[in-house]
Amino acid sequence: MIATSYAVPSIIVFVGAAIIIIVGALGVITFKNPVHCALSLIMTLFGVAIAFIAQQADFLAAVQIIVYAGAIVVLFLFVIMFLGVDRTDHVHVEPLVAQRPLAALGVVITLGGLVALMAQSHWVTGVMSASTDGKPLESGTANVHQLGTSVFTTYLFAFEATAALLVIAVVGAVLLARRERTLQADEVEV
Amino acid sequence: MNVPASWYLILAAVLFGIGAFGLLTRRSALIMFMCIELMLNAVNLTFVTFARTLSDIGGQATVFFVMVVAAAEVTVGLGIVVAVFRRRSSTSVDELSELKG
Repeated sequence: MIATSYAVPSIIVFVGAAIIIIVGALGVITFKNPVHCALSLIMTLFGVAIAFIAQQADFLAAVQIIVYAGAIVVLFLFVIMFLGVDRTDHVHVEPLVAQRPLAALGVVITLGGLVALMAQSHWVTGVMSASTDGKPLESGTANVHQLGTSVFTTYLFAFEATAALLVIAVVGAVLLARRERTLQADEVEV
Repeated sequence: MNVPASWYLILAAVLFGIGAFGLLTRRSALIMFMCIELMLNAVNLTFVTFARTLSDIGGQATVFFVMVVAAAEVTVGLGIVVAVFRRRSSTSVDELSELKG
């Protein structure tokens, strides 16, 4: 039934991406060593990038690899190295009573609600947005063109705001991570 | 024809659930940040799926901004983790209990 209505390659791509994403995500929450968790996170990010490409979001897939896997996870790894590699999480300690079953229950209820909502309701609604004039999404370089046009016209103010946000974040990180011993070192010299 | 959007939406929901469970159960602040990244990626996947289904590039533009905010969040968050670690030689969130009433 499924194979007749949808192209087989897209099903194979979806299943492969789903396996990569789920296995990586389970690795993040089960491994004890933080380095292994970070590497599992890279696996999940690659799976999400595959899913992006399968859905005509080519530029976002490239950004996903470059920014997430290339920058954010490397930042995680740097901090792990800085804090000490052999520090493992105490997975078996459970200070709050029944925290794990309660968390599992909450997650299952949330997921069940989401899936029930998806199955019950007609969720694709309304007319096409005015921002694209109902043009279909394109893939490849046309996707970059389409997304660039959108970001630099419709979302220009938000784009400028993100520039300010990044500057603020960098300044804040430098202030947080700065050692305050420099003042004492000056005093010793004098 | 591509697979139906509901498959990707369910996949994103499961990824969000795994991330939420990890955030609620793990103790290390670093791992909790990674679980937040998992949840952000699940939401990004949902945005991209709806962008394809509704033929609206706005969904992909939103994912672009979410990535920028995630990068800023990780920068500041890891700065806080390093500052906390310097003060008390641990990244376990259980030991940060000064504000307990």
